[in-house]
Amino acid sequence: MTLIRRILLRLLTMAITLFGVAVIVFFVIRVVPGNPIAMMLPPGAGEEDIARLKALYGLDKTIPEQFVIWLSGVLHGDFGTSITTRQPVLGLVLSRLPATIELSVMALVVAVIIGGALALTGTRRRGTRTEGAIDVANGMALSVPDFLWGLVLILLFGVLWPVFHISGRVSPALDLPFSTNFYLFESVLRLRFDIWADLVSHMFMPSLALAIPLAAIIAQLLKQSLKETMNLDYVTLARTKGYGENHVITREALPNAVLPTLTLIGVQFTFLIGGTVIIERLFSYEGLGNMAIDAVINRDLPLIQGIVILFALIFTVVNLVVDLTYAALNPRLRHG
Amino acid sequence: MSFLTIENLSAFVGPAPILRDVSLTVTAGEVRGLVGESGAGKSMIGKAVLGTLPPAVRVASGRIVLEGEDLLAMRPRDRRRVIGARAALIPQDPLTALNPSRRVGPQITNRLVDILGWTRHDAQVRALELLDEVHIPEPERVMRAYPHELSGGMRQRILIASAFAAEPRLIIADEPTTALDVTVQKQILRLIREMQARHGTALLFVTHDLGVVSKICQSLTVLYGGKVLEDTRVGDFFAGPTHPYSAALLAATPKYTDPDASLTPVPEAVIDGVRAEIEAFDRMHGHV
Repeated sequence: MTLIRRILLRLLTMAITLFGVAVIVFFVIRVVPGNPIAMMLPPGAGEEDIARLKALYGLDKTIPEQFVIWLSGVLHGDFGTSITTRQPVLGLVLSRLPATIELSVMALVVAVIIGGALALTGTRRRGTRTEGAIDVANGMALSVPDFLWGLVLILLFGVLWPVFHISGRVSPALDLPFSTNFYLFESVLRLRFDIWADLVSHMFMPSLALAIPLAAIIAQLLKQSLKETMNLDYVTLARTKGYGENHVITREALPNAVLPTLTLIGVQFTFLIGGTVIIERLFSYEGLGNMAIDAVINRDLPLIQGIVILFALIFTVVNLVVDLTYAALNPRLRHG
Repeated sequence: MSFLTIENLSAFVGPAPILRDVSLTVTAGEVRGLVGESGAGKSMIGKAVLGTLPPAVRVASGRIVLEGEDLLAMRPRDRRRVIGARAALIPQDPLTALNPSRRVGPQITNRLVDILGWTRHDAQVRALELLDEVHIPEPERVMRAYPHELSGGMRQRILIASAFAAEPRLIIADEPTTALDVTVQKQILRLIREMQARHGTALLFVTHDLGVVSKICQSLTVLYGGKVLEDTRVGDFFAGPTHPYSAALLAATPKYTDPDASLTPVPEAVIDGVRAEIEAFDRMHGHV
C-alpha cells in the first residue's frame, strides 16, 4: 500500500471516528441530569422565561433536530455560541488550545528524556544495583497517578522549597508582546528569554506530573526491548568488530528496540492529554482542560461539544502521526 | 608457528563446568574443525576467543593468546580493539546477524571506518571488491539494500565478505551453514574455503558435521562436555580415530556415498565411557 493511500484511508477513518464522537457526546450531555437554562435563570423565573431562553439556544427542538442544526453549523465552521460567555465556541477553544498543546508536548519531551535516559542507563548497567534501583523507581512512578504526582510536587516545590510557580500559565505582571497564544514557542522566537523562563517555571510542575507515569512506562518497555535486542546476533557481531558497549546500545540495539516503545508512546500520549484536564485544574493552568471542567460545571453544552470534538481530533491526529513515524523508522514496513 | 593458543581454559556457569581444561592451537593459515554435539562447548570456545561469552559464564583459569597478546589479561577496551582488527566472526544464522534497520553497505564498512580508521571512500571501494569476491551480482545495489530484501544465502555471503573485510588473521565460523538450505550450504562452504585459501586466513570452524570437516579442515578437535577428547590431523582422524567416542561419532555420520544406509547412533556404552572420563576429571579437579 502506498503512503498516499494509507494516509487517505486514515483520514477517512478519522472522519468516521470524529462523527461517532460527535453523536455520542451530543446525546449523552443532553440525556444526563443538569440543565443549562436552570443555571442561568434567577430563582423564581416563570415558565415563559424558561421557554424563551430554550428557544433562544435552540433547546426547544428535539435532540435529533438539534444535532442536525449543530452538525450543519460545524461543517461550516460554526461550533455555536458558549452559553456562559456568549462568545463563539470555536474562538474560545482555539484561544486555549495552544496552552494545552505546549503543556502536553513539554510533558512528552520530559517523559521521553527521563524514560529514555533511565532505559539506556538500566541497559548499560544491566544486572547491577543501578538497574534494580531503576526498576523500583519505575514501579513507584507507575503506581501513582499523575494528579497525585501533582500534589506531591506542589508540596515539594511549592511549599517545602518554593522555587517554581505553583499556579497559572504566566505571571500576570508580565507584559506579553505575543501575537499568538503559543507563548512558549513565541517567546523563543522573539528571544524574550525572561518570559520564557517565567513560562517554564509555571509549566515545570504540571508537565513533570504528567510526564512521570509516562516516563516510567517508556523506561520499562524500552529497557525490556533493549535487553532483548542486546542478545541478538547482529549486536554480538558488532561487539566482535571492536565496538564498545555504548556504541552497541545506542547504534545497533536502540534503533530496533525503539519501535514498540514508539507505538506505546503514541497511545500513552493521548492518555497524557486526557490527564491535562485534571492537572490544569490542579495548577490553575489556563488551558483547554481547565475550560472543559468549567464548561461541564456550567452545563455549557455547545462549549463541551466543541472541546470534546477538539480533543478527539487531537487524539486521532496523534495516532496518525505515530503510525507514519513508525513506517518511516521501520524499513520493513516502508516497502511492505 | 601457532598464533592462536588456548591453554588450559576452564569456564563455569555457576558451579557447573562448561569448558574443562581446554587446550588447542591454530597455526597461521590453518583450518581447524571444532567438532562435538550440541552442548559440547564448541561454540563457547569461539565466544571465549572473541570475548562474547554470555555474562553468566565465568572463566576460571587458562590463557588465550592471539599473536602474542594474552587476551584474557587485557583490559576489555584494548582486547576489543585487538579482536576487531585481527579476528572476525562468521555467524551461524544470517537471518539474524544483520541489523534489520541499517543498509548492508555500512554494515560491511563500519569496522573499517570506525575501528580501523579507513576513509569512507576506501572502505566503500573495499566493500565492493569483497562483494564481488563472494560472487554477489550488482554489488552497488546490494550495498544500498536492507537485509530483509535479500535471501539467506545472499546474507551469508555478505557476512562472509564482512568477516574478510579487514584482512583478519583468524576467522571463527560458528556453524555457518547450519541455518541454510541444503543446496545453499554447499555453495557457502565452497565459498568459505575459496576465500580462506585466497586470503590465507586461519579458520576455526565450529561444526557438528564430520562431512563438512572432511571437506574443509586440516586438523580437528573433538569435544564432549567441554572437554577435548581428541586433537588430530584430519587425514589421521578419518583413517582411524584414537578415542572411542570419536570412532563412534565417525561411524554415526551418514555416508554421502550411501545415502540409503540406516543411521547408527553413538552407542550408549560409548557415551557412558565418556561421561565416566569426565566425572573422573571433575573429581581430580575438585569440581564435584
